Amino acid sequence: MIGSSPIRTFIAHAVLILGILIVAFPIYYTFVASTHSLQTILRPPLPLLPGDRFWENYSTALFGGIGRIGGVSVGTLLYNTTVVALAIAIGKIVISIVSAYAIVFFRFPFRMTFFWLIFITLMLPVEVRILPTYKVMVDLGLIDTYAGLTLPLMASATATLLFRQFFMTIPGELVEAARVDGAGPFRFFKDILLPLSKTNIAALFVIQFIYGWTQYLWPLLVTNRNDMNTIVIALRKMISFADADTEWHLVMVTCMLAIIPPILVVVLMQRWFVRGLVDTEK
Amino acid sequence: MKFQGVAAGIAASFTLLSTSSAFAVTEISWWHAMTGANNEVVETLSKEFNESQSEYKVTPVFKGTYPETLNAGIAAYRAKQPPAIMQVFDAGTGVMMAAEGAIKPVADILSMGGKPFDKSQYLPGIVAYYSKPDGTMLSFPYNSSSPILYYNKDIFQKAGLDVDNPPKTWPEVWDAAKKIKTSGAAPCGFTTTWLTWIHTENFAAWNNVSFGTNENGLAGLDVELKINSPIFVKHFQELADLAKDGTFKYGGRTSEAKQIFLAGECGIFTESSGGLGDVVKSGMNFGTGSLPYEPEAQGAPQNTIPGGASLWVFAGKSDEEYKGVAAFFNFLSTTEIQARLHQVSGYLPVTLEAYEKTKADGFYDKNPAREIPIKQMMGKAPTENSKGVRLANLPQVRDIENEEFEKMLAGDQTAQQALDKAVERGNAAIKQAIGN
Amino acid sequence: MPQSSRPSATKKSAPHPYPLPVTNGGRGINAGAPQADEGHSGKEEALSPRVTFPNKVLPYLLVAPQLAITAVFFYWPAGQALYQSMLREDPFGLNSKFVWFDNFARVLSDPNYVNSLKVTVVFSIATAFVSMAVALLLAVMADKVIRGRGIYRTLMIWPYAVAPAIAGMLWLFLFNPSIGTLAYGLRWLGFDWNPLLDGTDAMVLVVTAASWKQISYNFLFFVAGLQAIPKTLIEAAAIDGAGETKRFWTIVFPLLAPTTFFLLVVNTVYAFFDTFGIIHAVTGGGPGKATETLVYKVYNDGFVNLILGDSAAQSVILMVIVIGLTAFQFRFVEKKVHYG
Repeated sequence: MIGSSPIRTFIAHAVLILGILIVAFPIYYTFVASTHSLQTILRPPLPLLPGDRFWENYSTALFGGIGRIGGVSVGTLLYNTTVVALAIAIGKIVISIVSAYAIVFFRFPFRMTFFWLIFITLMLPVEVRILPTYKVMVDLGLIDTYAGLTLPLMASATATLLFRQFFMTIPGELVEAARVDGAGPFRFFKDILLPLSKTNIAALFVIQFIYGWTQYLWPLLVTNRNDMNTIVIALRKMISFADADTEWHLVMVTCMLAIIPPILVVVLMQRWFVRGLVDTEK
Repeated sequence: MKFQGVAAGIAASFTLLSTSSAFAVTEISWWHAMTGANNEVVETLSKEFNESQSEYKVTPVFKGTYPETLNAGIAAYRAKQPPAIMQVFDAGTGVMMAAEGAIKPVADILSMGGKPFDKSQYLPGIVAYYSKPDGTMLSFPYNSSSPILYYNKDIFQKAGLDVDNPPKTWPEVWDAAKKIKTSGAAPCGFTTTWLTWIHTENFAAWNNVSFGTNENGLAGLDVELKINSPIFVKHFQELADLAKDGTFKYGGRTSEAKQIFLAGECGIFTESSGGLGDVVKSGMNFGTGSLPYEPEAQGAPQNTIPGGASLWVFAGKSDEEYKGVAAFFNFLSTTEIQARLHQVSGYLPVTLEAYEKTKADGFYDKNPAREIPIKQMMGKAPTENSKGVRLANLPQVRDIENEEFEKMLAGDQTAQQALDKAVERGNAAIKQAIGN
Repeated sequence: MPQSSRPSATKKSAPHPYPLPVTNGGRGINAGAPQADEGHSGKEEALSPRVTFPNKVLPYLLVAPQLAITAVFFYWPAGQALYQSMLREDPFGLNSKFVWFDNFARVLSDPNYVNSLKVTVVFSIATAFVSMAVALLLAVMADKVIRGRGIYRTLMIWPYAVAPAIAGMLWLFLFNPSIGTLAYGLRWLGFDWNPLLDGTDAMVLVVTAASWKQISYNFLFFVAGLQAIPKTLIEAAAIDGAGETKRFWTIVFPLLAPTTFFLLVVNTVYAFFDTFGIIHAVTGGGPGKATETLVYKVYNDGFVNLILGDSAAQSVILMVIVIGLTAFQFRFVEKKVHYG
């Protein structure tokens, strides 16, 4: 490292710790809330340190609380959410990587038209297109199916954009060399492009998995059966701000459950693609 | 080839289609917005109904917040697949009523089920709100509540106020609030949820003054707001003045202020009777009273109006389904269910019989707070000012009111200016909404 | 290195000044910025720098899945929204009247709409700036430390995993002036913190909430971007006697430009479209109309107030604005981007 005096290192650590305090505090606070009694939560302000109800709250929530209010067992909820998040993440990556591949490594009429057609999809909020999109789902018979939950959410430009930008940086010599070796477009894609893209895929997987995991409005609309619910819907079902009691301590536990799996994905995948990055440095 | 393989694999994993139950049972879907403990009640009721007979099966589906549920219902109607029953919040009543052809009046459905609708069995204040001017009930009141007064007994004690006699009129509330503030018993005297529903709509009904022309919209959609009349101006100017030194504390547009009261920051609080559960669970030493009224108003207190939601039935379903809906509504109306709903979840009972039974059981001796909203609604026969407020775009008008109130409380304008602007903007919005 | 004009025809390989190892997987993140390439020139074949595969059918098959999904779930609904923007209709679609551009005329002449346009400009610039500046600062610091680097990175990005529906609730618990614990703290410290009635406080609150949600995402990209900058370049500058601050602004920051540009596009789109949930949960557009952004107004008018025609007209205008803004960013901002 260059110019790393102890003072500078100290400042860097201090800034990072402060940053983490700001960024991660709300999650810590959710955890704190999940270890207090309902009465403590109902009478703000909430203490800054965890309470003594950890086991009590978590066991109540897991063995009855969430299932009772959500109407479906926690396992089913987590399973549905995982399927949805995985399908969206994988589906999106697959369709974007192949379309970006076509746009960068082939010349064909309407190439850039296609690119812009895809790119513009960054720009229309779901709420605006809800009525017509819902009608399409009904006409296709996709209500209450995993396809209905995931297909519309795969139409996104970010992933295509990212792959395209990455592919642009791949030297033409590589393509030429592959062609001299007699490799066709499939082999080039499989043997050269995919291995090169693995860190991009990892980063996108994280982003899209979380995108899928945290969906709320769309799953709410296209599912009419409780056993198709996701954990975020079940969570919202538990929360009432007006006119009903809310068991906030159990809500907070459910929050933690809804947050933990995507956090695991972030942490595990992050190691993978960061390692990819670090390796290139040597 | 590889890619088609992958694509096919993904497509295959999607084919987990699921259309269940090929039984001869008629399924009735019920879309609702009930969360928390109320969600459990919905599930339990459906289960009990399904177990009580074998012809029909009610399937409750949670569809998000009230606006989300309404949008889901509209989307489904436009896609020609609406549910049989949909829960719609009070402010959406105008929208549903205007959608003649899309909905089927509950009175008709009850007749189809062989038990014609009899107005006299129901609590008048509630049924009037959900009926056409000719008295036909359009939707089935499910969860109704009305605003009442809560106060913190510990704070009252500290401030030297009478712990057993809460203030009855607004001037008394302001005096008590000032005393709480000056004595240092609490940092603020008074707070409230819903300035719109409680201090505008219910204020009008309770003091028997007009909210708008055309019987506040019940006699016709073409409404001109009247909320800038002197009595409203006086009330809101008092609120604005008290807000200056923090005697009155604004908590937000809907129910947010409940937490200020629960935290012991304010001594007096007006809020829906439905908020009782949280107040009880917080363990606070509290008391309740009737919604305060304006002593200068002629004939006040009149009656309060309900908030909450009702169940609407979509048109275009089979007779079989309607019979099932009728059976379900009859089930919900039974005294046993109504009394239980009222006592457990705190909704107002829909039928008089359920009220009488609860009273006879001695429930109100132990839970006086539960009877206050009913008494508020039963005291007098509703007048043209107090049946309710029905606008095609009530949510939008409430937004407009809130915006002007907030500017007033921030000290940017007087109550007169705020209410004049609210009327002007509100009228324009109403004109536009009914100009379709 | 800075390329204000593009020597495209001679540019056979990727625009990297330093050798690109075959196993370099990481550079991709750095390459996040869309390049203003052939698409703008209109003479794309002539300027094409790429070696490609000759195949007439395959490319169409490859773009087909994405195009199909985009057409069914994006263009079809968008077309419907366009049609809707010229209708006066009740929510249930029982009565409808084709009114041409009446809805647009009404929306554009509404002073509230102009107000929310101003609010949006302030909100978007502030949100994009705050979230990117904080993320860049943290990423630079994370790049500097050796010990605990992994832990810092991990802790920094997991808030990204929080669902918006949950985040809204967290904000209520933390900052809501009546419920929030932090609001309590601020008042206790003597700040007159009242976003319920003070428009500026409310704006600060929504900008903080919106930026907070985006910091992790930006951090992730900046860290990867920083990693891809060869340490030798920085070391060389250090030997030349450039101080740390100078090194950052003359070498690191310009090399990060593609990442920064990509994030600028993404953050602008985010601030425009994905923030209504936060505003909905935190301020509800208030006080008055102090935090009512364009997309919140679209949501509120369409979803809550059910004025479908006006709402659709607003979203069409919004789309035009964002497409214009993106084109502007590509044409003018992107020219200053150093691809290197």
